[in-house]
Amino acid sequence: MAHAGPLFTFEEVGLVTDGRTRLVDVDLSIADRAVTVVVGASGSGKSTLLRLLNRLEVPTSGTVSFRGQDLAGVDVRAHRRRVGMLFQRPTPFAGTVHQNLLVARDDLSATEAGALLDRVGLDHHFLDRPADRLSGGEAQRMCLARTLATEPEVLLADEATSSLDPDATRRLEALAIALRDVGIPVVWVTQEPEQIDRIADHAVRVTAGRVEVLS
Amino acid sequence: MNGDVNGFGLLASLILIGIAVGISRWQRLGLERSILVAVARATGQLLLVGLGLGLVLADDAPLLWSWLWVVGIIVFAAVTIQRRAPAIPGLLRVCLVAETVTAVVSLGVIFGLSIFPLEARTLVPVAGMILGNALSAAVLAARRLVEEFTDKRDELEARLALGSTSTDAARPYVRVVLRTAMTPQVESTKAVGLVFLPGAMTGLVLAGVDPLDAVLVQLALMLLILGGVATVSTIIALGASRRLFTPDERLVPLLREAEGA
Repeated sequence: MAHAGPLFTFEEVGLVTDGRTRLVDVDLSIADRAVTVVVGASGSGKSTLLRLLNRLEVPTSGTVSFRGQDLAGVDVRAHRRRVGMLFQRPTPFAGTVHQNLLVARDDLSATEAGALLDRVGLDHHFLDRPADRLSGGEAQRMCLARTLATEPEVLLADEATSSLDPDATRRLEALAIALRDVGIPVVWVTQEPEQIDRIADHAVRVTAGRVEVLS
Repeated sequence: MNGDVNGFGLLASLILIGIAVGISRWQRLGLERSILVAVARATGQLLLVGLGLGLVLADDAPLLWSWLWVVGIIVFAAVTIQRRAPAIPGLLRVCLVAETVTAVVSLGVIFGLSIFPLEARTLVPVAGMILGNALSAAVLAARRLVEEFTDKRDELEARLALGSTSTDAARPYVRVVLRTAMTPQVESTKAVGLVFLPGAMTGLVLAGVDPLDAVLVQLALMLLILGGVATVSTIIALGASRRLFTPDERLVPLLREAEGA
């Protein structure tokens, strides 16, 4: 049965790591079927907020829920495959592009792998290329294809365009909107407020670990 | 030649230390003090070991003393490895397990299969050689593991984010660690006899033993040392890498050098 409520819910969430307060009393609902842009300065806690969504961080206090289910009780690995993540810098693994995709799903056929590349705008000839020889934009799109190989229900993007040129940035933004249009909501963290205008259905600002809903 | 070195011989060998100090001063390497400290420490430590071995190897000394000596080597080696890679939380316990397993396996083979007779004069030096070489490999493994988990942190998290287990996520980097730790011993095993004559064999030849007998002793030791290096490296790399993940598959922050030192 489909869940009708919010995608993610934060209830009184606080996080302290290394003696530093990262998030303070966060109460927030992130909408389903939408692109939610989380904006904030460097060190504001926006990436920490995102990492709580796939349990790369766990809250010190409060609860984070995914479609009504407290993440403290979920199978972490299964959850991470449902909630894919794209990181700030492209993280190609050693080997070819095809081998990278197989890390995400080891039973992926060559046809399926080619279709994944197609989906992110890369030619299927890229499959045999060494992943560490791709340009920044190509590598980030390959990482997106790798994330999509797990067939996630949600995509988290942690400043995924910060190291890309404007052309590659626009391509990735268009891919985020395309994912939303096929029913995969996106939580998009950025330092660039102009991305709110370009891709956001909803926007949230994080300042010194506190969250404010903008739209 | 009977292998005796008198006081004059020892002083004469210091000439080479003088040359090393001279080169350091000439090239402004700043190593003079370190060289002299190293020589002083080695002299003091070896004299103490010599006195201790004299007691342990005495004809009427019980074999238990030799076993206690081996336990001392294991503890000292574990503490040394932990100090060289203080960024890994809980490393000391892993090192104690690694050194103990290495000692049990290699000494079990040597004395269980009667390669050498189980006596104080064989137990202590053989354990020292195997665990000493294992120590170098273990330090290399632990330090390389810290480097891999620092440099490849993004990749490790990306693998975890794809739903990989921590064991699967760490596997490519642990492989690099094992290769790094074991390669020097593999290379020196390849080069033995061609490039250098190893310590035990040299010692036996200097002491007047037939060179062929010395070679057989050295060969047995080299193979056991290689096995010991493989054992200790594997336990350190796998055991310590597990310490770098939480039970719910997140990365543990590496400790700062100063905190663990």
